[in-house]
Amino acid sequence: MSEQTVILFTYFVLAAFIGFEVISNVPTILHTPLMSGSNAIHGIILVGALLIAANAQTPLQIVLGLLAVFMATVNVVGGFVVTDRMLEMFKARQPGGEKGKES
Amino acid sequence: MTIAIATELIYLLAAVMFILGLQFLSSPRSARHGNWIAAVGMVIAVVWTVMLLRDSFTTAGLIICVVGFVIGGVVGVVSARRVKMMAMPQMVAIFNGAGGGAAALVGVAALLKLAGQPIELQSGFPEVFAVIIGGISFAGSVIAFLKLQELITGAPITYPGQHLINALLAIVILVLAAILLVTNSSIVVVTFMLALVLVLGVTFVLPIGGADMPVVISMLNACTGLAVAASGFALNNFALIVAGTLVGASGTLLTRKMSDAMGRSLVNVLFGAFGQVQVSKEGAQSTGARTVRSGSAEDIGTLLAYSSSVIIVPGYGLAVAQGQHALKELADLLERRGVEVKYAIHPVAGRMPGHMNVLLAEANVPYEQLKEMDEINDEFKHTDVALVVGANDVVNPAARNSPGSDIYGMPILNADQARNVVILKRSMRPGFAGIDNELFYDHRTILLFGDAKDSLTKLVAAVKAA
Repeated sequence: MSEQTVILFTYFVLAAFIGFEVISNVPTILHTPLMSGSNAIHGIILVGALLIAANAQTPLQIVLGLLAVFMATVNVVGGFVVTDRMLEMFKARQPGGEKGKES
Repeated sequence: MTIAIATELIYLLAAVMFILGLQFLSSPRSARHGNWIAAVGMVIAVVWTVMLLRDSFTTAGLIICVVGFVIGGVVGVVSARRVKMMAMPQMVAIFNGAGGGAAALVGVAALLKLAGQPIELQSGFPEVFAVIIGGISFAGSVIAFLKLQELITGAPITYPGQHLINALLAIVILVLAAILLVTNSSIVVVTFMLALVLVLGVTFVLPIGGADMPVVISMLNACTGLAVAASGFALNNFALIVAGTLVGASGTLLTRKMSDAMGRSLVNVLFGAFGQVQVSKEGAQSTGARTVRSGSAEDIGTLLAYSSSVIIVPGYGLAVAQGQHALKELADLLERRGVEVKYAIHPVAGRMPGHMNVLLAEANVPYEQLKEMDEINDEFKHTDVALVVGANDVVNPAARNSPGSDIYGMPILNADQARNVVILKRSMRPGFAGIDNELFYDHRTILLFGDAKDSLTKLVAAVKAA
């Protein structure tokens, strides 16, 4: 294992802990938007898709790259838009009440 | 500052924005901002990547990036804008599938780059992992979509030797992966492996009932996250690793929360072939011949109008009928007459945790009236009427009383303890879990058959007349 791999692995482990920690207090009412929002975040695969598509040359590479960029874009764009639509409906509330309350 | 260092810093900025985004998404006040922050982080990461690549684009590469991005963007925006609130879960499933598919294809492309040459274990292992997990996530999400959209039956599809076949498929896939890693990159092996992975994704989700799809989607969401993280290892990309892992970890936690809410272990959800045709063992014979009491909208309207407290239990049937606005109208009407109205939200009401809240929020139902299960369960016994609108399994006493039942142990709303129970229902068909419901035959229960929206509209008229 190279030093680089160890560093990457460190990022991985730390990110896993943050991922657990950061959503541990989410109230039930936000589960669906949260799932949708995190779904949009893994659309970061678009970066990966661009990296492999950018220097595509053979027909196979072109097909793979095109499909990957297309699907990743659907994931990221659709994901954020649909999450925003869900959350938009929570916004028109009067402030106060027991919004953040969790049982 | 070199380009490489700038890149690391910019990806770090994006990662921080993803973390903040998730954090903000966890609180109703800031949720919308959270989504925006994450989206801006995404734009930053993508734009910088394009900047980095600007000199290395081949002509074909540039064209496919632009074409793929434009078409994908249009498809994403249009479908996300058009989708009905009710169909949200399957929309999330299909977006997730797209991400999983993209991760798998990135893996395939990376594996094939050095066709005929030995694959370095360090990058090869994560590439293979991304192909397998991403592919399963893609195929599984498509099946979840089809089930929720009711293009294929929501009931579990089972056949003899199912687990054995899946296990064999998994073993063959692992063997192919091993072959790939110890010998040379080969398009034949990669194609064969990808095909089997897709088959496994399908056969894995087919036997799972429609009622469990949210848990499955959440799990596949976490899987896609991990596949993306693996691609990050393969491409040596910090942003992919952190974002993918964040989703993998938070998705895993969310999946566990969901199966907990149903009182079942994840293993049971995934491998239990839940809700098969066999109705709960002891209930089967006894319920066949029994009668239910159905009432007219006028009777029920009067009952509601002259009660002092009503708890509404909304379920998926309400969502299907798009009846949330009619429900809100009924509730407003009752409140004006001095009836105390609350909504009892089961954690898995609708098709996903929180799904019902989203639907009711759409109809402008105030947060304060939405009560979670633990908060309200003790109140049913002091309540005049429990009004169950298109819900079934979440009020099925079999979960409490009938150890033989498939849903035994699932926490339920105590609607059966209310003085009167009114159930609006399309037909006597069992609920999504395919289990008969004792509550329908209770002497305190009145049923009103019909589409939830129609029934609610009739009730509004009846209450006005009362």
